[in-house]
This record gives sequence, structure tokens and C-alpha cells, in this order.
Amino acid sequence: MIRILPWLAALCLAFLTQSPAIAADKEPIMVGSVLDETGGLNVYGKAMADATKLAIKSINDSGGVLGRPLKLVTYDAQSDNSKYTTYANQLALRDRVAVIMGGVTSASREAIRPVADRNKTLYFYNEQYEGGVCDKNVFTTGIVPSQQIAPLVDWAIKNGKKKFYVLAADYNYGHISADWVKQYVTKAGGSVVGTDFIPLDVSEFGSVISKLQEAKPDVVFSLLVGGNHIAFYRQFAAAGLSSHMQIVSATFGLGNEQVVLSPKEANGIVVAFPYFQELGGASNDKFRESWTKAYGANYPYITDSAVAVWNGWHLWAMAVEKAGSTDRDKVIAALESGVGFDGPSGKVSVDAGTHHLVQSVHIARANESHGFTVIGDQQSVAPGYERSVCNLIANPKMARQFTPSNAN
Amino acid sequence: MEASTLGWVANMAASVGLSIAILVLVSLGLSVLFGMMGIINLAHGEFLMFGAFATLAGVRSGLPLPIAMVLATAVVAGFGWVVERALIRHLYGRLADSMLATWGLSLIMSQVAVYVFGPTTQGIPTPGGSLQVGGYSISVYSIVLILAAFALLGMVYAVFTQTRYGVMARAAVQRPQMASAIGIDPRRINALTFMLGAGLAGAAGALLAPMVGVMPTMGEAYIARAFMTVVVGGSGVLTGAAAASTLLGGVENVVSYLSTPFFGQAALLVLAICLVRVMPTGISGRLRRKL
Repeated sequence: MIRILPWLAALCLAFLTQSPAIAADKEPIMVGSVLDETGGLNVYGKAMADATKLAIKSINDSGGVLGRPLKLVTYDAQSDNSKYTTYANQLALRDRVAVIMGGVTSASREAIRPVADRNKTLYFYNEQYEGGVCDKNVFTTGIVPSQQIAPLVDWAIKNGKKKFYVLAADYNYGHISADWVKQYVTKAGGSVVGTDFIPLDVSEFGSVISKLQEAKPDVVFSLLVGGNHIAFYRQFAAAGLSSHMQIVSATFGLGNEQVVLSPKEANGIVVAFPYFQELGGASNDKFRESWTKAYGANYPYITDSAVAVWNGWHLWAMAVEKAGSTDRDKVIAALESGVGFDGPSGKVSVDAGTHHLVQSVHIARANESHGFTVIGDQQSVAPGYERSVCNLIANPKMARQFTPSNAN
Repeated sequence: MEASTLGWVANMAASVGLSIAILVLVSLGLSVLFGMMGIINLAHGEFLMFGAFATLAGVRSGLPLPIAMVLATAVVAGFGWVVERALIRHLYGRLADSMLATWGLSLIMSQVAVYVFGPTTQGIPTPGGSLQVGGYSISVYSIVLILAAFALLGMVYAVFTQTRYGVMARAAVQRPQMASAIGIDPRRINALTFMLGAGLAGAAGALLAPMVGVMPTMGEAYIARAFMTVVVGGSGVLTGAAAASTLLGGVENVVSYLSTPFFGQAALLVLAICLVRVMPTGISGRLRRKL
């Protein structure tokens, strides 16, 4: 029975994957994606999966890569971390894809990364995360704390808010990011008066709200993740705390929290991401137009993660064109030679030594109409911390993750 | 008492009370089915989720929230009746089979919710504002939930002691042969009891909907706690659910407050294990309470 299952899955996939219209006579290039399209984490994964399909379509519509169409193999990890290992193995060994893109949580990235490394398959992780991954085989297109948490902390301190309380999801992302918040707050002259780690299945925040009322922080720094944690913002507003505490968050918006919550509950929460739907610019207009054409005008909100996925696929396609081959080492060399383009969020380019992106960061506030109002930006922000610890040109064999606790 | 101390006490009371009330709400329906019918309904969390989505659908179509909640409860209760007639009645006295069947039902229900409502989290804004007490503020809706938990406990008590159905249901569970000998139809009673249990789960979902994110997997967040409460409470429907909720909810909230929610959850589990070890028949079994 167990032997039949992968074949059944393959059979289903054969029906599911659409065949590209253009350049179909040439042999397609197989590419793979694993994301959480169902289960609790699909609040993030759904938009990322939609972005994946749209990116592949846009690349194929403009002639494919090296004159060959891309053929996408996708798997739904169903918010189950163990499935990431299985599907990453299938993509690398059975489907023999040229690149694997995917992973939503940092835990899922750490499930895919060793598999991709071992099988020498190029891997892109396209999601905001806690930073520090330094691996020749891995590229990340999401922003990292030095590009996100640092500007958020600076924004709060500049507005005279110095006392921070950190609420973080209880897994590697939350723990490492909470360390970052502490480090940046201390450096900027503020103080962290409390930190709570919340398991992902908690949706009742009564005790946390009691503690907040006692600690009386100026700022609540939220690193909360997933559908259950949305309840925090609701209960925080219902307890009437939003009038005297400012929520800033590195995760709010990635799961469309501002769409789910009422404007009264979300209003005023400050976040920082490269991409917001409301950004101007010709490339964003064009991107939104193609998104609307594919998924309709009623799409809740195009998340930053979706744009990170879009950027990942286009950067990879450019690098393959530049390398003239899908060979992993040649593509890595091409990516390191400084591939970049004007994406929906502004200019993005690959940082050769760290395999992260240099990109613009926008600070925004959740507004009355289930969206964001951009209130500030920083152009071409480098992954500062990663640059200080990671140089893959000098140390090409490195494959590890740096965290604030092991770097200092 | 100083105003700030008063505020602290009021805030803690509301916070602990809310934790207990949520446990009462999510476990009461399960407790009715377990205590009255000996059925372990693994789809309980999904009945709750259906209640939340039905409320959401009601509010979206323009109904006032309280009416949407009542309707949602009725819809889930009706659905419970259908499930009992179609599935559960074939499985009485077969504990393992009924668990397997209700587990399968739970998978179907959460997938149906994905198809109908989409996989993303949705929600209803929390009604009511907040109260200011000595520098602390308390959400009005959390007080509504506490009162609702009391009201539901009272209602279940009234149903089982004051109505003809309640007396017959208790007779059927305490002396099944004698009950059928005097002409009580156990099939009708069972269908009604299952309907009541499902309706209570639906009411819990309806009441929780404005406080949390409504999503197809939301049942999973409550189901483990609900089972723990029922196991610790034992088969006495009301005494069990109320006493176990108070102990477990109180301990979880206070430990979360003193340390972190992680240890709060751990404390709940440790306490549940200890209680079941000392009182294998649950709190109500130890107290020899049938209701």
C-alpha cells in the first residue's frame, strides 16, 4: 500500500499541473514548490501558492526560460511539518526539479533545507523570517530582522515609546525574533519589560492581557503567528487597551489579519514589510493588474509573502537565463553576480555574500479600510546582520543558521 | 480597598472567570453525550466550529448577533439530530466504533467547512466595549461569556430536572431496562439527547465566534481541553463539567499569569493526570453525583 501511494499522488498531479501554452514543443524545465495550502497555516500559504502559479504563468507567457517552458510540480504540505521532508525528497529525487521553492514557517524551512542540501537541489525560501541562514545552496527573498525589526523599533523609539512587551509564537521563529527585538530595543535605549511565548494552539489571551495591564508597556511587539493568534488583537481591542498601548508587529498582515479583524480592532497597528498593496509605482500597478486578472477583484489582500514568492521565481529565472543553464552551480554563480529587477515592492537585488535580498522596506499603519497606509520607507536596505556574520563567497562550504544568541 | 487593588482583583476575577467559562462552554455538550449516552463524540470540536460559522453566516446576511447565535445553535442541534439518526444510532454500545465514526465525521465536517467558507480565518468583531475599574480595563464581552456559561449550566440543569424528557433521559441512563419496561422509548430519548449535546457545542461555537478567529480547524484548539475536562469531571453531566472546568481553567489561567501560557497549558495537563490518577471515575464519580 505504501508503495502505491506516491504513484497515486503522481497520477493526481499529472491531472492537476497545467501544461504551458507557449514553447510547449520544447522539453519543459521541471520546477517544484511545497507550501501549506490547507490546514492552519494556509492563512500564509494560500497567497504564496497563488503567487507561485501566477509567477510561473508570467514567466511562461513571456517565452519561458532558455526558450523552454517551466513545468511546476506542487505539493500541499497541509500545515504538517513532517510532510515537508517527504515532499522535498520527492521533488529532488523523483521529480528531479531544477529548483525547490517553498516553506512557510521557519520550522518548515529547516525541514526542507537539509533535504535540498543533501540532494544538491537549489532551494529558495520566500518568506519573512528570523534571519541568519547562511547556506551556499539556499536563497531567501523575505526580509530579516535587520531590515524589519530594527526599523520598527526605531520608529517606536522615535515616537517616544520606550517600554516594550514582546509576545511571540512559541517556536524557532518567535524565540529568535524575540531575542532580536530585545537586542535592538536595548541598543536604541529602550527596555523590554516582559516577553511571553504563546503556543500556536492558544486562542485565549486573558492571562496575557492581565499581564500587559500590569506591566503597562508603551509598545506591544507582536511576533504572533497563525489563525488562533488573531484572537489576541481582537481581545486586546475588546479590553480597551489599544488607546494606550501601541502594537507594532513583524507578522501582522502576512496572514491578512487586517482583513479578518474589524477596522476598529486593527486600526493603528504598525508594521514593516517590503510590499504593501497600496504602494505606487508602475511595476506594482502591472503586478496588481495581472493578479486581479487571475484571481478576481475580490482577492482579500496580496501579502508581502506573495510578493517574496514572485520575486524568488523571477530572480531564479533571470539567473538561469544569465547562466545559460539550469545547472545548480552555474545558477548560484549567476545569482551571486548580482541579479536584480524592479519588482512590485521596488528594486530588489541578490546580495552575493549572504544570499539574501537588498530591498526597500516600507513602514505602514493598518487603516480604516482593511488595508495599510504607508507612513515611511527606507530604500535599498541591506541584510546588515547577515553581512556581518556570513560570507558565502569566502566560505562557500558554510551551511548553518546564525542567531543572536550564538553570534555574540 | 484602594482603587488599583480593586481593579487588579476585578481584572483577575474576570480573566480567571473567562478561562473557566470557556472550558464550561466547550465541554458541556461533550459532557452531556458522555454522561447521558456513553458516547465519546470526537466530532465535538467540529460541531463547535459549525456553530461559529453558522453565526458568521447569520451576521453576514444582516442578522443581529444574538439572533444569529440562537439560530446557529438551532441549526447545529438540527444537524445533530440528523447525525444521530443516520450514524450514531447504529453504534450504541460500541464505544470504539462510535469513536472511529465520529472521528471520520469530524474530518468530513472540517473539509466541508473548507469548501463552503474557504480555508482562511474569518471573524466577527467583538461586541460591547470595555469597563474601566481602577486603572484596569475589562472587556464587556468576557463578562457576557461568563454569564452565558452560567446560564447554559442552569438551562441544562432545568432540562434534566424539570422536563419530562429530562426525567426520562435520566431514567434511561440509570435503569435502562426498567425505563424501557415502563414504556420510555430509548430511541427517541437518545436522538433528543444527541441533539442537546450538539446544540450545546453549537452554542459554544456561536458564543466564541466574536472572540477568536473563525476557521475550519478551530475545533482542534478546544477539543483536547474539552476532553480533558470531561475525563476529569467524570460522568456527572453538570457537577463534572462545572467542577473540572473550575479547577483546570483556574489553574491554567493563574499559572499562565504567573509564568507563561506554555506553562499554563502544561499545568492543566499535569493537574488532569494527577486528578484522574487519584479519582479514576472523575470528580463527579468521587462525589457520587449522577447529574
